[in-house]
Amino acid sequence: MTQAVEVVHASGGAGHAAGHGGDDHTSHTATGINHRKLAMWLFLASDCMFFGSLIATYMIYRGRAEEVFREGAGTGPFPSQLIDIPFTSVSAFVLLMSSLTMVLALAALQKNNLRGSRIWLAATSLLGATFLGGQYFEFTEFYHEGLSLQTNMFGATFFTLTGFHGLHVAIGVIWLLTLLYVSLRGGLKQKDAMSLEVAGLYWHFVDIVWIIIFTLVYLVPYEEMGTEGLEEGGEHGMRLIEFGRNALGTFF
Amino acid sequence: MASIAQPHVQSHQATAQPVVHTQRSGLWDWLTTIDHKKIGILYGVTAILFLMIGGLEAMLIRTQLVSADNTLIGPNTYNALFTMHGTTMIFLGVMPLSVAFWNYIMVLQIGARDVAFPRLNAFSYWLFLFGGIVLNMSWFFGVNEVPNQGWYGYAPLTEEAWSPTRAVDFWILSLQILGVASMLGAFNFIVTILNMRAPGMSLMRMPMFTWTTLITSILIIMAFPAITIALVFLMMDRWVGTGFYAPAAGGDPLLWQHLFWVFGHPEVYILILPAFGIVSEIVPTFSRKPLFGYSVMVYATAAIAFLGFGVWAHHMFTTGLGPTANSVFSATTMTIAIPTGVKIFNWLGTMTFGQIKFTTPMLFAVGMISQFTIGGISGVMHAVVPLDAHHNDSYFVIAHFHYVLFGGSLFGLIAGIYYWYPKVTGRVMNESFGKWNFWIMFTGFNLTFFPMHFLGLQGMPRRYYSYGEGSGWEFWNVVVSFGGFLLGFSMLMLLFNIGQSLRTGKRVGANPWDAPTLEWATTSPPPVYNFREIPQVANRDPLWAEKYGTDHENEDSEVGISIGGRELGTAGVPDDKDKETLRLQHAAEEDAGHGIHMPNPSYYPLVAALGMFLLAVGMLIDFPTLIALGPVDFSIVAVLGLITLIGGIFGWSFEPASD
Repeated sequence: MTQAVEVVHASGGAGHAAGHGGDDHTSHTATGINHRKLAMWLFLASDCMFFGSLIATYMIYRGRAEEVFREGAGTGPFPSQLIDIPFTSVSAFVLLMSSLTMVLALAALQKNNLRGSRIWLAATSLLGATFLGGQYFEFTEFYHEGLSLQTNMFGATFFTLTGFHGLHVAIGVIWLLTLLYVSLRGGLKQKDAMSLEVAGLYWHFVDIVWIIIFTLVYLVPYEEMGTEGLEEGGEHGMRLIEFGRNALGTFF
Repeated sequence: MASIAQPHVQSHQATAQPVVHTQRSGLWDWLTTIDHKKIGILYGVTAILFLMIGGLEAMLIRTQLVSADNTLIGPNTYNALFTMHGTTMIFLGVMPLSVAFWNYIMVLQIGARDVAFPRLNAFSYWLFLFGGIVLNMSWFFGVNEVPNQGWYGYAPLTEEAWSPTRAVDFWILSLQILGVASMLGAFNFIVTILNMRAPGMSLMRMPMFTWTTLITSILIIMAFPAITIALVFLMMDRWVGTGFYAPAAGGDPLLWQHLFWVFGHPEVYILILPAFGIVSEIVPTFSRKPLFGYSVMVYATAAIAFLGFGVWAHHMFTTGLGPTANSVFSATTMTIAIPTGVKIFNWLGTMTFGQIKFTTPMLFAVGMISQFTIGGISGVMHAVVPLDAHHNDSYFVIAHFHYVLFGGSLFGLIAGIYYWYPKVTGRVMNESFGKWNFWIMFTGFNLTFFPMHFLGLQGMPRRYYSYGEGSGWEFWNVVVSFGGFLLGFSMLMLLFNIGQSLRTGKRVGANPWDAPTLEWATTSPPPVYNFREIPQVANRDPLWAEKYGTDHENEDSEVGISIGGRELGTAGVPDDKDKETLRLQHAAEEDAGHGIHMPNPSYYPLVAALGMFLLAVGMLIDFPTLIALGPVDFSIVAVLGLITLIGGIFGWSFEPASD
């Protein structure tokens, strides 16, 4: 029975930054975990179910567009003609690096390095915005290629799942920019590190979810469809892939 | 051993000093309140209002079915009535009535001064209210615009091809808003329970009602995402033209059923567990014995919640999932009967050798136990796949879930109303009238729903607006309708007793039932800050321990005590460090004069909720379009709503919580 009590303590105590004594809400909670931090963990648990439902649906319908086409009903384009792993690898890398800068922003603030926290906060927002830019580019390319929400099951599930994730990133960027604004106005000091920590939890979670989505949506291979079902012979699709290769080429 | 280190508790009662009530009651105070007690009252009053609307719909259904070939209500209206009845009772009646008790009572039970996020709490309430308004708004647009697809909205009936009116859209948006309200509330309650327990109240010392609140809240945050996503797919199918549930596009209508019941079955436990908690408070109080098998009760509740996520496909036995899936889900479903049975035997064990006092709350609690048992047993019958094929979509199913949700949940909640009314109002409800109320409700309930078992087994299908002469169902339908009207009358009696007792009820002190839990330690009604000093807890039944001493055989000395996040010894005596913590706390409170620091009222929760409401209204009703985003048009009202919502959230974030 003591176990039940201790479990709660352990799960919360580990992540709790005890360095700053200013957060008076923390010291009075029965678990020792700050209210907002606990609430964020709970939200993330719930968000797992949101993404779980979406990802499960994506996996159930994975390959359905090709199946329907083979039965002579649906149209392309299909994932094998559109998915550009090099390009998305770059934007995934950008998003993962933003987790690093997020950690640095929090560490700086906890050490009362306000300037550092602002720089890293700005960097995190910028990296997040870059990821969103990449997603915008990808979406419009796919759309020009003929893939919309209505085209086939791939379009519906792909745009819904990645769009839902993109919405999370967008909310995160707005949140981080708001914190940056507050910081520049002098409202985000060492004692307010919890505000940044909670936002950080959210941000890391959104990153982790992207690793799963990237694996299941991009990396796991699809049925090769050649140029079948494409109305204009896949010219635009090649352009996107070329772009990805070029982008990688400039980096390495 | 005195277990509450709070000498003031008794003196509050004894001297009956008029505690200063800083609660004002103007309209503006109710609109901006963030006091958990006022929000609890708002939840309760609104829930009872919606219960009455849902009840009225039930009365109309029973009037239509009183005779064969009745033409009083046409098929369209009938479809609307049963859909709205189900949706209203579940999402606007029973759930928020539970939340009313979580707000008012649970916070007192753990010895806290408010919930962890008071403004979020207000936001949840306003969202609930507006969600209810969005749903019922549909009545004003003609009966074809009222949701009519059944409360579980099976695809592809809900797809645009089969439901071209806005009926389903009203239902979708209302459920989305209510879902947000429920989830935000649940986050708040979990944090409140885990973080704001009074010193000494370890998890295994929490009252059972607090436990069920915690576990139900966990169910809410894990179950509601599934229906939210299911509804998002449906919205996109209807508004954007995707094919998630459309077979023509490669979609699968069964996906809806899976997602819906992954939510829907835990939802059943979301509805019943709070009532279990209430009964677990009432039965010990009126048996004059501590709850039998407390820790087993806690584990049973957790087991029910856990297993509740693994049984959803028993709602889908007739969809052809195949023998393997059917067998597995049949087995898991039967497993749930075990922890549920444990609970029933624990209540019986509590009553055994107890000095039972059959007050009105106790009558309702015992009625709940007996009726829930009947509903539970017919539930196990449904777990048998071949039997379920016969019961499916018949009145037998209607009988089953009304025994569970009305005979169980609502009887439990009404028991809670009678039990905690004195805490909220300072007056006790009329007891003799209450007993009449119980017996008439009990008779009406069983007359209504027991014969439905027979009707179902005779093959009467649910959701048909009429039945033919000579079907053999005429007699029992008359009985059922008569019982239904009696039940409706008993609900009016309840309303009357609630209203009348506000003025004429006998005034009582802090603990009229001599109950053991902390909510009875403060005055009735409690002051705005609940407890002048935060009580310190060393027992499961602190008020009894203080009054009668502890029975060491029942006391579990292994239970750790935690204050400020640290595990202490097991003797129940706080060590010096904790005394120091407490002393500092008290000193800080004393320093603040007698003004214990309470957060300020705020209108931002209302503003943000209003924004969400306008957003929904803008999507439902044709206003001039402002933004055309592909196939989705955003009307002026919707955009205005979105701006209000975002503005409300930002205003709220930058508003100082207290000054």
